[in-house]
Amino acid sequence: MYFGLNEDQELIDQSLRSFLGDKLTLEDVRRIAETHTGFDSDIWNGLSELGIPGLLIPEDYGGSGLSLLDAAVVAEALGYYAAPVPFIANSVMAPKILEACGSDDQRQRYLPGIASGGIRLSVGFGNKADVTGENSVHFNDNRIASGRITGLLDSSEASHAIIASSDGAIGIIDLSSNQVDLTPRPTIDRTRPLADLVLKEAAVEILSDGEKAKETIRMALDTGRLMLSADTLGASYAMIDKAVAYAGERVQFGRLISSFQAIKHLCAEMIATVEPCKSLVWYSAHISEENPEERHIHASLTKAHLAEVGRDIARSATEVHGGMGFTELMGLHFWFKRIGFSRQTLGGPEACREDAILAQGWSSG
Amino acid sequence: MDLTYSTKHQKLQHEIRTFIEKYGHLSPRFGGGRKKPDEKDLHWQKLLLERGYFARTVPVEYGGFGAEPDVLETAIIANELSLAGVSPGLLNQGNLIVVPPMLELGTQEQCKEWVPRTLTGEIIWCIGNSEPGSGSDMANAQTKAVVEGDEFVINGQKIWTSSAHYADMMFLLCRTEPEAPKHKGLSYLMVPMTTKGIEVRPLVTMTERPEFNETFLTDVRVPTDQIVMQRGDGWKVAISSLKHERLMLGDPNKQLQRFQSILKLMRESEINGKRLIDHPAYRDRLAKLQAEVLAAKFHNMRLTSIENSGRESGVTGLVVKYFGTLLNHKLSALAVDILGEAGLPYDPHEVAEDDIQTTWQIDYMYDIGLIIGGGTSQIQKNIISERGLGMPKEKVPAK
Repeated sequence: MYFGLNEDQELIDQSLRSFLGDKLTLEDVRRIAETHTGFDSDIWNGLSELGIPGLLIPEDYGGSGLSLLDAAVVAEALGYYAAPVPFIANSVMAPKILEACGSDDQRQRYLPGIASGGIRLSVGFGNKADVTGENSVHFNDNRIASGRITGLLDSSEASHAIIASSDGAIGIIDLSSNQVDLTPRPTIDRTRPLADLVLKEAAVEILSDGEKAKETIRMALDTGRLMLSADTLGASYAMIDKAVAYAGERVQFGRLISSFQAIKHLCAEMIATVEPCKSLVWYSAHISEENPEERHIHASLTKAHLAEVGRDIARSATEVHGGMGFTELMGLHFWFKRIGFSRQTLGGPEACREDAILAQGWSSG
Repeated sequence: MDLTYSTKHQKLQHEIRTFIEKYGHLSPRFGGGRKKPDEKDLHWQKLLLERGYFARTVPVEYGGFGAEPDVLETAIIANELSLAGVSPGLLNQGNLIVVPPMLELGTQEQCKEWVPRTLTGEIIWCIGNSEPGSGSDMANAQTKAVVEGDEFVINGQKIWTSSAHYADMMFLLCRTEPEAPKHKGLSYLMVPMTTKGIEVRPLVTMTERPEFNETFLTDVRVPTDQIVMQRGDGWKVAISSLKHERLMLGDPNKQLQRFQSILKLMRESEINGKRLIDHPAYRDRLAKLQAEVLAAKFHNMRLTSIENSGRESGVTGLVVKYFGTLLNHKLSALAVDILGEAGLPYDPHEVAEDDIQTTWQIDYMYDIGLIIGGGTSQIQKNIISERGLGMPKEKVPAK
């Protein structure tokens, strides 16, 4: 019996952090953020060499066949470095969707490409996670899609998009088609854009519909919620580390500000709130595959809790930096905004808690 | 992560469920501050001990169940007992603050003499740490113990000694080496409360109950072998004991118990015919706390795994008392809010088993005491920031 990461997971964590620590300095984050694409080919290629895109893809399809807990470890590290990487939708949600409802042929056509990095998938399950936004997409009987959908994740330089129609079917759209208009929307989080997709009688490859599609959407959203939680976990640790480091350099009243209890106690409060979250994220990722019946409850509660903890830490860590924390110059805002993005994406804390309440049968609404 | 429910775990779960079905009605109510265990408490404790649902990993020769440490087994026991709303046993200071350092640092003879009877509840301990002049600064203890022949002669005063008014033994921190530096002059002695020269004056708390005491020690004599470790080793014992005290105060089993009973209460109570669980504002608060309770539970499993593998737990262990006691207070605060106006009648002197109003009000206030006791939240934050985050230590101001 053991509650924690195994040696392989610790190794993934170390090699990923060592790569990102080396290649993704604050200057790099700033440079990539200015492109508003949420993508950088050097970073992406490096991650591909580490096997990150194919992490969850079965070995038969060219991936590593690892677990959601491994993916959570990766998401935490990406959050720690505010990495502009198409991970959550492309490397986690999309493979899980294809695994859940793709045909053998569809898996064969997409999964090896995702693992090698040749195919890049965006996911748009707009309006299926109790979020604001728009989805007027319809698939007709001849596999033609029309309408508009907002909130596509990992959209930049994506080759395909998996979307849900407004009535809940799942299909794949080839984004190179002329009947497709993809407009990236830079968000408050400059490391991760969202996109709007307008379809004008575009071809759609149907993956699933009916009850099976509904289940798959639920599963993919839960999985996305888990990854966003892990991302916030990493971003929160980064902000605490930066706050402690800054307080250990800044001198006021003739002493390091880290020697003031006012500052020490803020830092202690931050670490005391985030430490238990690590175990919550790990457990929820683990149980989601071990016992799928518990997935929805745990993913939702975890997303809600990390959103709240992340918000407090984002504020307190910025406060520790004083006026510098509020400047663009310090760069702390990348993490502040990253935490905000994760909070508002795929369901805010109130919606997530209500999901958990209904799933546990506490109340019928 | 290896949390596989093996046959062993399924069997244990089944066993506990069968046990609860058969004996659950014998469980005392959990909560409502500390009190001297009565017949019902002692009998329930015996049932738990016999089956290894309490002191599961304590060696058999010391009255435990002798099982190998297994985080999942511990979690299953806590989970099943809390789901059924039955008591997890005597989570008193003896079992949670005295037994662990004794097993860690005491002699075999001491363990044999004290641990079994502490586990059963036959011996109740109180802790003599704080003094009027040394609360948060515990290492400044001034109570003196001087060797005369084969006895220590103890003189001094302790304060905030919970349970001293009914305890059998005191785990006493005192200064045996007045010439040594502050932290090196301390020792822990085990003192029977019936010894001549001990006077206990109950202190009534905001709950209107004598939850703790002032304890005066005047020429109290105990044999010199009633010491834990050697003379001057008291601070080592204190570190071990405080670690366990802080883990006890943040014990996630208590939070699970509370969460389950609040959920039950919200499903059963109504305002104008509408169940509280159907009120969005109340149930949102409960779901918020559920996530925190789960985080605390898994944090405890992670911490236990770190400790079982012999690694240093660092900041992971240091945060437990601070967030655990705060979480407990958030839980009792929700309970009090749910009870609303009908939850105000209060009789703390003869608390009936079914008097949930008084029990929750006591918990709601007692939780403040636990936020302060065992090192206040502010002391915890100093420890977390200094030992956990490596921030500068408090400077001693020039006098």
